[in-house]
Amino acid sequence: MSIKKRVPIAEQNPKIRATNFEEVCLGYTQDEAVEEASRCLNCKKPMCVTKCPVAIDIPGFIQHVKNREFAEAVKVVAKYSALPAVCGRVCPQETQCESKCILGIKGDAIAIGKLERFVGDYSREYNVDISQTKPKNGKKVAVIGSGPSGLTCAGDLAKDGYDVTIFEALHEAGGVLVYGIPEFRLPKDTVVKHEVENVKKLGVKLETNVIVGRTVTINQLMEEEDFKAVFIGSGAGLPMFMGIPGENLNGVFSANEFLTRSNLMKAFKEGYRTPIRVGARVAVVGGGNVAMDSVRTAVRLGAEGHIVYRRSESELPARAEEVHHAKEEGVIMDLLVNPVEILGDEKGNVIGMKCIRMELGAPDASGRRRPIEIKGSEFTMDVDTVIMSLGTSPNPLIPLTTEGLDINKRKCIIAEDETGLTSIDKVYAGGDAVSGAATVILAMEAGKKAAKAINEMLIK
Amino acid sequence: MYKIVEKKALAPQIFLMDIEAPRVAKSAKPGQFVIIKMDEKGERLPLTISNFDAEKGTVTIVVQTIGCSTKEMEKYEIGDSFSDFVGPLGQASELMSESIEELKKKKIVFVAGGLGTAPVYPQVKWLSEQGVKADVIIGAKGKDYVIMEDEMKKVAGNVYPCTDDGSYGYKGLVTNKLKELVQNEDKKYDLVIAIGPMIMMKFVCQLTEELGISTIVSMNPIMVDGTGMCGGCRLTVDGETKFACVDGPEFDGHKVDFAEAMRRQTMYKSQETSKTEGIKPGCGLEGGTK
Repeated sequence: MSIKKRVPIAEQNPKIRATNFEEVCLGYTQDEAVEEASRCLNCKKPMCVTKCPVAIDIPGFIQHVKNREFAEAVKVVAKYSALPAVCGRVCPQETQCESKCILGIKGDAIAIGKLERFVGDYSREYNVDISQTKPKNGKKVAVIGSGPSGLTCAGDLAKDGYDVTIFEALHEAGGVLVYGIPEFRLPKDTVVKHEVENVKKLGVKLETNVIVGRTVTINQLMEEEDFKAVFIGSGAGLPMFMGIPGENLNGVFSANEFLTRSNLMKAFKEGYRTPIRVGARVAVVGGGNVAMDSVRTAVRLGAEGHIVYRRSESELPARAEEVHHAKEEGVIMDLLVNPVEILGDEKGNVIGMKCIRMELGAPDASGRRRPIEIKGSEFTMDVDTVIMSLGTSPNPLIPLTTEGLDINKRKCIIAEDETGLTSIDKVYAGGDAVSGAATVILAMEAGKKAAKAINEMLIK
Repeated sequence: MYKIVEKKALAPQIFLMDIEAPRVAKSAKPGQFVIIKMDEKGERLPLTISNFDAEKGTVTIVVQTIGCSTKEMEKYEIGDSFSDFVGPLGQASELMSESIEELKKKKIVFVAGGLGTAPVYPQVKWLSEQGVKADVIIGAKGKDYVIMEDEMKKVAGNVYPCTDDGSYGYKGLVTNKLKELVQNEDKKYDLVIAIGPMIMMKFVCQLTEELGISTIVSMNPIMVDGTGMCGGCRLTVDGETKFACVDGPEFDGHKVDFAEAMRRQTMYKSQETSKTEGIKPGCGLEGGTK
């Protein structure tokens, strides 16, 4: 194998995987991982690390993999990240660490993501102990939300000896990792559950079914339950709709609803009682990772899946790998198309979607070329289900029930970049609740920074 | 786990349960609801709160067995536990945001249909604690189906039971009783609060619009998380899309698009058969059991 070429990774055959919910990517074997790791140049000034939001010592763990010291590799990664098996699967490495790999100039960048995943999976399969913490200091910290930012913040604080409790609104921990990202990209019972368990092994307590703002307020947590600091990692869970006619017809869903039914409630599995409705032809409106997750879920449930996106393929916000996988699985890309109205029958069921074709004009504020309607190009798509995947915004519940917590006009909590400190003393925030919908790893970075700031504040 | 500490039958197919959930009991307010998930494979079932006791740490729910999940729930006995119990969800009753002085000036009548009697009770009780006696019309199929009448009498002004078959109280629909009270008995109501099946709330609103009485309804659409995430519970109110779980569940009844709301309740009807193959007949469809 030439140093220029990446060791290929096994994937389920597209035709077969389009009919099941098993993971698409099968991961490296030990030999494959060692071979891929051997390509790493172990740069003196590793550029990959500078592009990692949590600054994992990437060459450090890769060298251990190369030397078959897998448990050592686990320990290196664990210093920086509580969720390696998750990040190895869902991080956009191609725009982060791997984008700066020297090998990428003349050949393939080293497969950092796939190696991280290998290390995370090894840790689980071989039960590597990474539960070491400093002595307990007895100080209580509350973390709201058990998604990527909350788990990271809680894990880091527990390592520093704090008595941390995570409050989760849903019945299961993991946040977007559990309700948003499908099983075929991120297995729940193995990968997510295990990494949540690892955080609990550090001594973090988890209270599910607690909606902060309803069940208990931040004020009550601090005054009645003696929490010395609070981290808000409540995510961006509110779905957006287009505001076009017909959006409340039967058969129109938010991507959040569709995915939550399938992922969190496991509606795709026999025996689980939550129903899910997927027709014969499904249009998913949007072009992000959530849109790809939705359309690929619909395909697996037996539908013909369409992506309807108003710009062209090069503007798709989804990761290239997700788009590629979706196409392989038979997803039809209806690009430069924008919905105008959803059509229903006399019973209120969706029977079609009126759309208009678009062309690209001059770049807009986002730097992407602005889509413009082509007059007279309206046509009707023959679909019976429409899934709106237009992005999400933070849930206003906590700001509404926490006096003095400032938000911006996008409903995001205002927090300092470096510390996550909000407008309230001892209350920190991070992740999508602050940034609006973004990535798992950026949320983890925010959780890490806040943990550091909370420690510095409470240690005094 | 959330333990069942009391269970009793109130009527055929209607039972009450007190469930240990100290955090919810402490923060619950009239008008709010909870979500219960019985076990690993269960649905998230929205149910209105019919009473709560912060000292004992218990929340009371009243359930009607109308589908597989509620039938399954009926099998749970005192000492058993539900895996998940979350709340309180939604906004508290609008009454609670008004000043007591204003409330005392108002004549309020509740229209409770069937199971809707249960969520009416904490509101009437709360009003009574503020020194306001509201009237209550309770509608049911027949005598055996009238629930919580004795409790209601202790906290309400007048209680008017109505039965479809005339086996108890007034014979006829709650709307006819309300009309009679206003038109023949010269009752002057400033506010109607209707909680019950959607079809009943729709007809109450039609009537009160004619009579010119403000009306609040409590909506019970299909939902998953109950925190604003899924948007499955969306309704059109005054031409705008609202989420019943976070903006409601109570809305101005004269502004709710009932035709759309009722149509959306049938969303999963056609899935019933396919989803339940290989499980149990009648399972898998529990949306809107509140």
